[in-house]
Amino acid sequence: MPMLETKLQPLAVLEPDSDTEYRPGRILLLTLKRELRLALRRRSDLVNPLIFFLMVATLFPLGVSPEPSVLATLAPGVVWVAALLSTLLAMDSLFRSDYEDGSLEQILLSPQPLFVVVFGKVLAHWMMTGLPLTLMAPLIGVMLFLPAEGMGGLVLSLLIGTPTLSLVGAIGAALTVGLRKGGVLISLLVLPLYIPVLIFGTAAVEAAVTGLPVAGHLALLGALLALGAALAPLAIAAALRISVSG
Amino acid sequence: MAEPLLQVVDLFCERDDRVLFDGLGFSVFPGEILQVEGQNGSGKTTLLRILSGLSRHYEGQILWRGKPVSEQAESFRRELLYFGHQAGVKAILTPEENLAWYAALDPGIDLQQIPYALNAVGLRGFEDVPCHMLSAGQNRRVSLARLYLSRAPLWILDEPFTAIDKKGVAAKEALLLEHARRGGTVMLTTHHELDLSRHVRRINLDELSGT
Repeated sequence: MPMLETKLQPLAVLEPDSDTEYRPGRILLLTLKRELRLALRRRSDLVNPLIFFLMVATLFPLGVSPEPSVLATLAPGVVWVAALLSTLLAMDSLFRSDYEDGSLEQILLSPQPLFVVVFGKVLAHWMMTGLPLTLMAPLIGVMLFLPAEGMGGLVLSLLIGTPTLSLVGAIGAALTVGLRKGGVLISLLVLPLYIPVLIFGTAAVEAAVTGLPVAGHLALLGALLALGAALAPLAIAAALRISVSG
Repeated sequence: MAEPLLQVVDLFCERDDRVLFDGLGFSVFPGEILQVEGQNGSGKTTLLRILSGLSRHYEGQILWRGKPVSEQAESFRRELLYFGHQAGVKAILTPEENLAWYAALDPGIDLQQIPYALNAVGLRGFEDVPCHMLSAGQNRRVSLARLYLSRAPLWILDEPFTAIDKKGVAAKEALLLEHARRGGTVMLTTHHELDLSRHVRRINLDELSGT
């Protein structure tokens, strides 16, 4: 039996101080690294939401009116709605592949705190969708004749708003991951919760365009993000346990 | 005999209005290999998922080292290795990366051991090949390499030998024996004829199931 020459690991010694090995920061970092690596190997999934974002913005002037004055008034709302829908579009894939190949079971059964792993996954997901959308937004803004004064508000509001969208969307994704066709259900579950973000986001851009102070709207978006970052990972973790248990 | 590691008391599970098992009770002691038997659909996988804590559709009590599992979920998970129907192998990662992620989830694992484990399951030379380029059996082997790495005393293995060749199965059986000898416990389901039958205790779900 040459195969067994490889020596077996000694059994875990269970001492009270064995907790010291568990560092949430480390698993967060490793989760981020894994997710980013996975995303970079599946580039087509990566550009999908971006292309959608770009398409909405290019089709809009064709459908409504190429008049700069009309487009300028619509621009804040159009960019925000397009960003919101692109995020939603990418949401379904967040836990899908992990669920299908059994990785999710292993994550649930690991002694690592689940909400940290989940937070890492959502963060990586945002870096692959929300962040590029935010960086692309000024380009779309120019295409829609958004006044230059509004650009700062647009980028800042998206920068603070899109992580909230990812966090809330992940709750929906976690609840529907066990279903064959969860796509539509996610939208129904999550859209009502997206509305406050959308309202404050567009309000921030409009305030920036008209030269009013933006800080108030951004502060509200920030409050939503703080609430989401604190509570959503716990909700996602609980939802995943329910989905896998089903 | 020593104190049982895992104790199941009066377990009841129903699925789609069909009672899978009712009043199921058994104890598992350190050093035991326990094979769960039963025909297809008799609830083998369901039982293993319940015991591992994945499924909560049950009534009754599961005790780990004398205390209910639900009260010590985290320390129980630290002592558990679960091998499910889906191997938990990411197709676009290499075997090495898959095991590194597994090591991240279970800090008891020594990263230095990963090359040994891959060698032990016969995947030397495939460390850097993405798993979707490997065969089904090789993918299972990537996941089985975890058995060489883990320090968990309780192994719950659901059909671990599917798609594994004869030589591989023999090596894994020897590994299970070795694990039992060092005081670990194995619970498994398999349709393979095990060579180690005299070391194995069996639970048959067909006999236990209600109507």
